[in-house]
Amino acid sequence: MRSSSFWTNTKRVFRSGFLSFWRNGFVTLSSILMMTLTLFVLGLVVFTGIILNETLQSLQDKADISIYFTTDAPVDQIMSLQQQINTLPEVATTTYTSATDELAAFEERHQNDQLTLQALSELGSNPLGAVLTIKAKDISEYGAIAQYLQQQEALGGTNSSSSSIIDKVNYFDTAHQEAITTLQNVTDSAEKLGLVIIVILALVTIAISFNTVRLAIYTSRDEISVMQLVGAPRSYIRAPFLVEAMLYGLVSGIVTLILYYPLTYWLGQATENFFGGINVFSYYISHFGLFFLLIIGAGVLLGAVASYLATRRYLKL
Amino acid sequence: MIYYDKVTKIYKGEAALEDVSFSVEPGEFLSIVGHSGAGKTTLMKMLLAEERPTSGSVFFQSENIHEMPPRQLFAVRRKIGTVFQDFRLLPDKTAYENIAFAMEAAGRSEEEIASDVPHVLELVDLGDKMRHFPHQLSGGEQQRVAIARAIVNQPDVIVADEPTGNLDPVNTFEVVQILKKINDLGTTVMLTTHNKGVIDSLKKRVITMDRGKVIRDDKEGKYVL
Repeated sequence: MRSSSFWTNTKRVFRSGFLSFWRNGFVTLSSILMMTLTLFVLGLVVFTGIILNETLQSLQDKADISIYFTTDAPVDQIMSLQQQINTLPEVATTTYTSATDELAAFEERHQNDQLTLQALSELGSNPLGAVLTIKAKDISEYGAIAQYLQQQEALGGTNSSSSSIIDKVNYFDTAHQEAITTLQNVTDSAEKLGLVIIVILALVTIAISFNTVRLAIYTSRDEISVMQLVGAPRSYIRAPFLVEAMLYGLVSGIVTLILYYPLTYWLGQATENFFGGINVFSYYISHFGLFFLLIIGAGVLLGAVASYLATRRYLKL
Repeated sequence: MIYYDKVTKIYKGEAALEDVSFSVEPGEFLSIVGHSGAGKTTLMKMLLAEERPTSGSVFFQSENIHEMPPRQLFAVRRKIGTVFQDFRLLPDKTAYENIAFAMEAAGRSEEEIASDVPHVLELVDLGDKMRHFPHQLSGGEQQRVAIARAIVNQPDVIVADEPTGNLDPVNTFEVVQILKKINDLGTTVMLTTHNKGVIDSLKKRVITMDRGKVIRDDKEGKYVL
């Protein structure tokens, strides 16, 4: 009696897995449907997370502190204040806009408002001062930066000169300050809520997948006992089920990826308008490799783990 | 070859087997008869290690079946061919594949499978139904596939638990003839049955069981209950 090699066994395992995948039509179909649903939900979780994250990011980007300087503030003093602010660890960037640029921007904003433009030209000189816009690294750090600026102002400016060059810091407008605090709270709770939802959805989808594969293998429990009776080793019985379940995951993953194409295309413009900035379709296309690995990987892994656990249940000596 | 040593099996306080001892010699054809619940099937399951005795031991070729590591047990199972009342074929595999699976499990090569499977199917007169699935075969044909599967690895023993229970008289006769032929070629056969006609026509050793005990053991026995 010649003994079969490792490769022969591997070939047999794959052949057997593919065959039962193909022949158990109804079980295969229902398993794929359930698993596709699972992976689809998983994809939704990922998309929701991305949209939430990007939206928060863009909202956070809108928060800043503007320092309005007096019209006669010397540029070198403004520059030295900017340098000082730049050394603060909380500060990400500072942007300087000169008085002339401010005026140009103002004129452009009001180009259809003849009355305002006329009043401006009658003034004869530029009523606007230079502006320094500060962006913090994190939204929670605006308070600290504002406090620092307040101290600077109390000390009478950036150097020993008697009058302050700062006209106004807009963080201290109550409305602006409240907007930043509210945004910060929303960001925090959205992140927490998002995490909870993701964990719950992930657990539910994993449970669904496990049950689907377990039911598929449950229908084969008699076969497993027959295989044991003819003396098949446990690994040899288990492997084709593993192959079959991983095929469910693979096919479901591919179906899910295909389904997401028209769905994101359809929703792309809407998400771009509504959430500001992110278009799910272009995100999906540009990150397709990542989605492919994630969805297919999740499907195959879920199939493998579920089938391992399910076969273990029916493999008795 | 096979030795049951004071085997007792208790299910929920009731004894399915009580202090059963007997041995089976190589090449023997042993029939075990008894009413339903007499313990015949439990006896067979002990040999396949599907059940563990509450006390006592079962030996196969001088080795205690219930103390073997899994690897050795798989090897022993390949030396025992099994045939059941409900056939127990793999429903998603054709007749050919069902038999090939038993050979694959035993680690046989593709060439051996390709030559032995058609041969053994010819032996049970199913050469023309190789590609049929179990549901496309009659009860008698399914049982013949099961017998072909049981003998294809040239086992030392064939265990047949009520193999004719679901069959009509013609198929019953054919199945018993096949088992007799296998025994004539030197394989030990252990058969349990309710069928008086089968036992009386065999004229071989008969063990009679009642309520978990061996009550008769006759060298050339008849169905007496």
